[in-house]
Amino acid sequence: MARASVYHRLVVWLLLLVLVLPLAATLLYSLATQWSASLLPAGLTFDWYLRLWSEPRFLAAFGRSLLVCVGALAFACLLVLPAMFVIAYHFPRLDAVMNVLILLPFAVPPVVSSVGLLQLFAGGPLALVGTPWILIGCYFTIALPFLYRALTNNLQAIELRDLMDAAHLLGASTFRAALSVVLPNLRKGLVVAVLLSFSFLIGEFVFANLLVGTRYETLQVYLNNMRNGSGHFTSALVISYFMVVLLVTWAASRLNRDPSSS
Amino acid sequence: MKHRYWALLLLLPFILFFAVFQLVPLAWIMVASFVTVDGEWGLSNYRDVLDSPFYLQAIRYSLEISLWSSLLGLAIAVIGVQSLRQVDSRLRDMVISFTNMTSNFAGVPLAFAFIILLGFNGTLTLLLKQLGVIEGFNLYTKGGLILIYTYFQIPLGVLLLYPAFDALRDDWRESAALLGAGPLRYWRHIALPVLTPALLGTFVILLANALGAYATVYALTTGNFNVVPVRIAALVAGDIYLDPNLASALAMLLVALMAVITVVHQWLLKRSYHGKG
Repeated sequence: MARASVYHRLVVWLLLLVLVLPLAATLLYSLATQWSASLLPAGLTFDWYLRLWSEPRFLAAFGRSLLVCVGALAFACLLVLPAMFVIAYHFPRLDAVMNVLILLPFAVPPVVSSVGLLQLFAGGPLALVGTPWILIGCYFTIALPFLYRALTNNLQAIELRDLMDAAHLLGASTFRAALSVVLPNLRKGLVVAVLLSFSFLIGEFVFANLLVGTRYETLQVYLNNMRNGSGHFTSALVISYFMVVLLVTWAASRLNRDPSSS
Repeated sequence: MKHRYWALLLLLPFILFFAVFQLVPLAWIMVASFVTVDGEWGLSNYRDVLDSPFYLQAIRYSLEISLWSSLLGLAIAVIGVQSLRQVDSRLRDMVISFTNMTSNFAGVPLAFAFIILLGFNGTLTLLLKQLGVIEGFNLYTKGGLILIYTYFQIPLGVLLLYPAFDALRDDWRESAALLGAGPLRYWRHIALPVLTPALLGTFVILLANALGAYATVYALTTGNFNVVPVRIAALVAGDIYLDPNLASALAMLLVALMAVITVVHQWLLKRSYHGKG
C-alpha cells in the first residue's frame, strides 16, 4: 500500500507542476531585469509592475473591463432574478424551456455568435458595434447559464412555496415577500455566482476583440495589442490579471465555505 | 389568477434581451448561410467551403487539434483525478482549488505564458536544449497548438471528472483484488464501464471547447494558423477579404459538427453500461 500512495502523491504533484509551470515562468519573467538566452534571469526587479500600474492606457483598459463586467452582471441580475422567481413560483413548467435556452450560450461558441452580432448591430437603429453596450449584452448571455443554474439550485433548497405562504399569511404582498423574504435567502448564492461569473467575464477576449476592438479597449484586447512590447511588461500584465482573478475566486470560495456569513 | 399573467410580464425584458443577443444573431447566421453574394438563395456558400482546399484544411486542422487535445487532456485528467482521490485531503483541496483557478487561465494570457515557457527562446525550450533533450521547439505548429490546447483542457477535465469518480466505491477494488484481479483487470472490467458515461460526456465537452476556441490560437499565431474559428473571424472582421455569408456557412458547419458529436455521444451512451441497466 505504501508504494501505491507514493505513486499517487507523485502523480498529484506532477499534475500541480504542469499546471503551475506556465504561471511560474510568467511570474519569474515579470520580475526579471533581463532574461534572454540564459537559464535564469540576470536580476530581479519590481520595475515592470511599477511601469504597468502607472501606464494610463493599461489603467484605462482595466477600468473599461471592470465597467463592462460589472455592468453586464448588474444587468443580468436585474433581468434574471425576477424571471427566475416568476418561473419558480408561478410557472414551474417553464423551467424545462429555460434549461434548453441556457444551453445555447454554452453550445454556440462566441466566434459563431459574433458573425450574426456583427451583421445585425453594425448599422441601423441598433448600431451597437464598437460600443461597450454590445459587450454588456453579450456578457449577459455568457453569464446567464451560470447565474441561472446557481440560483435555481439555491431556490430549490429554500422551500419557496412555504416561505411565500408564510409571508402572505403575515400580510405581505407577493412583491414585498419576494423582495424581503426570498431575495435575502438567495443573497449568498447570488454573490458567489456573480463573483465567479466576473472571473470568467474579465478574461473574455473574442467578443471584445471582434465586436469592439480598439474602439473601447478592454483588458484582454490591450494585452493582445501589447504583444510586440516588452515580454517583461506583458508578463507583469498577465500576472496582475491573474491576481485579480485569484482574489475574486478566492473570495467566492471563502463565502461558499463559511457557513456563518449567510 | 389574474396576477399570474401580470407575473408573465416580468419575463418579457429577459426574453427580449436574450432574443436580441442570442437567438436572433443565431437565426441570422442560419438564414445568411443560404444567401449568396448576389442575394440569391442556395447552397453555394456551403459548396464554396467544401470545394476549397483552404477551408477543408482548416476543418481538418480543427478536428485534429481538438481530438488530440481532448484525448490527451482526458487521459491526464483521469490519471490525475484517480490519484487525487487517494491523497490526503489537504493536498487534494489545494490542488482542486488551484485547478479551479487555472480553468480561467486560457486565451490571450495563456498564449503569452506559453510563449515565455516554450517559445523559440522560452525558458523550458532553453533548458531542454541545454540538457540535450531537444534541438529546438516550435510552439507555432500543430504540435505546439495541441500542447497548449491540452493545457487548458486539463483543469476542465479534472473539474468535470472529479465528482464522477464518486461512483467508484473503494470496496469494489478490494473485492476485485480479493478475487485475484490485478489493477489492469479492475480498470478494464469494473472502473471503466462504470465511468464510461462520465468519460464520454467530459470528452464531448472538451471537444466542443477545443473546436470553438479562438482566443488562444489567435493570440499565439496572430491569426495565421488555419483553424475554423480563425477563418470565421477573418471573414467577418479581417482586413483583407470579408464575406459574412461565407462566414455564416462556415459557422453553421462548426455548429453542425458539434451537433453530430453530441448525437454520437447520446447514441454511444445508450449502448453503454448505464444505458442498458
